[in-house]
Amino acid sequence: GGIAAGLGQSASAAEGLEPNTWEEITTYNNFYEFGTGKGDPAKYAGSLTTDPWSVEIDGLVDKPGSYAMSDIMSAMTTEERIYRFRCVEAWSMVIPWNGFELADLLNMAGVQSGAKYVAFETAVRPDEMPGVARNVLDWPYVEGLRLDEAMHPLTIMATGIYGKPIPNQNGAPMRLVVPWKYGFKSIKSIVRITLTEDEPPTSWNKANGKEYGFYSNVNPTVDHPRWSQASERRVGGGLFSPRIPTLMFNGYEEEVASLYEGMDLSKFY
Amino acid sequence: MIQQHINQWARQIPSWVVYVLLLIPAPWFFYLGATGGLGVEPIKALEHEYGELALKLLVAGLAITPLRTHLGINLIKFRRAIGLMAFFYVSAHLLVWLVLDVQIVSQIWADILKRPYITIGMVGFILIVPLAVTSNNRSIRTLGPKWRQLHKLTYMVVLSGAVHFLMLVKGFQLEPILYLAVILALLALRLPKKRRVAA
Repeated sequence: GGIAAGLGQSASAAEGLEPNTWEEITTYNNFYEFGTGKGDPAKYAGSLTTDPWSVEIDGLVDKPGSYAMSDIMSAMTTEERIYRFRCVEAWSMVIPWNGFELADLLNMAGVQSGAKYVAFETAVRPDEMPGVARNVLDWPYVEGLRLDEAMHPLTIMATGIYGKPIPNQNGAPMRLVVPWKYGFKSIKSIVRITLTEDEPPTSWNKANGKEYGFYSNVNPTVDHPRWSQASERRVGGGLFSPRIPTLMFNGYEEEVASLYEGMDLSKFY
Repeated sequence: MIQQHINQWARQIPSWVVYVLLLIPAPWFFYLGATGGLGVEPIKALEHEYGELALKLLVAGLAITPLRTHLGINLIKFRRAIGLMAFFYVSAHLLVWLVLDVQIVSQIWADILKRPYITIGMVGFILIVPLAVTSNNRSIRTLGPKWRQLHKLTYMVVLSGAVHFLMLVKGFQLEPILYLAVILALLALRLPKKRRVAA
């Protein structure tokens, strides 16, 4: 709905991307705060209180402070973006997100000239998140983007799927979606956004730096120690689902390759 | 005594019952996977079900001797069935990985060579093959004392299974650590008792 002619929409429409079903998108999730099983988030995330919700925006911004989710929603214009979603575990989906460009939110807070990176943080609520009782990762979950990545028109904050409010297991009430990066970069249930001068720490990089880099762009030519990234399986194809080739930058090469000009992508993985 | 009850009960159950019972999960999980019962990504789910069952059976096989020596429970007549069914589920796990999961031959080779957790899993599979092949009375007769030596490979098989599991999970997860701890405990129970040195 809305202004549907966003970059993602036009790119995806041209290739006839068929979105996954609501059931597929909402029952197969990685959200370790609710458990490490793919079905755990759907089972346990119902306990997360997402209303009221506020997001702390701080660091190098003109208007730092706590922003109520309701105020953010009334200031932003949401639109639909049908994006490929590629997990580092070599499965993928096509998801019809509803959301707004992250750039609009950052501009609302006023990005100062010294800012070079954006750091994000997920809520940690032991009472509502059974998974954080175990130190699978160092909570809170944190992620980060370079400022130009964050301001790119493909980068959105998603608040819905299929025109409905985004379910808790998918990162309610607001999550990042960076379609050309592995899924773990697209941090869920965000409570804090900090504009920084230095590259912020990111959770999987802290847990295992050899396997997960800061950039984590989808790249079929850069192997991961655990999974070949050359191909992937689209969720929903059943027991005999074929593998399909993984596309450079998850198929968004035309739009984002210029961000990384001159960088050795096997070094900055 | 509870041991005697268990032993008596075990004597009455023919070992083919164990084969039949342990075979049931294989088609059952496959049926679930084919009909949506394993979720929207059934290939990985089926692979994990078979793999975890194989690991459980390997642990069960490893527990038979300590149960007898430490608790007086004699389940040794079921050990071959448990071991062979462990081999069956290791094979099923491997087949799902080869045929349904990775699919691409060149990628299978690359995975085996480049990904340590897969390399270790394959080592475990290769080591269990001679054990399965010699799990019959004729082999026990013809190999004599060498049979016992050969079947000590079980320890390596079980360890490689547990390490394979530990290495493949993301982040710090409890389940594979518990498996490894139980296995190490079962192996430790086999060590000869140290004589106490007088101070």
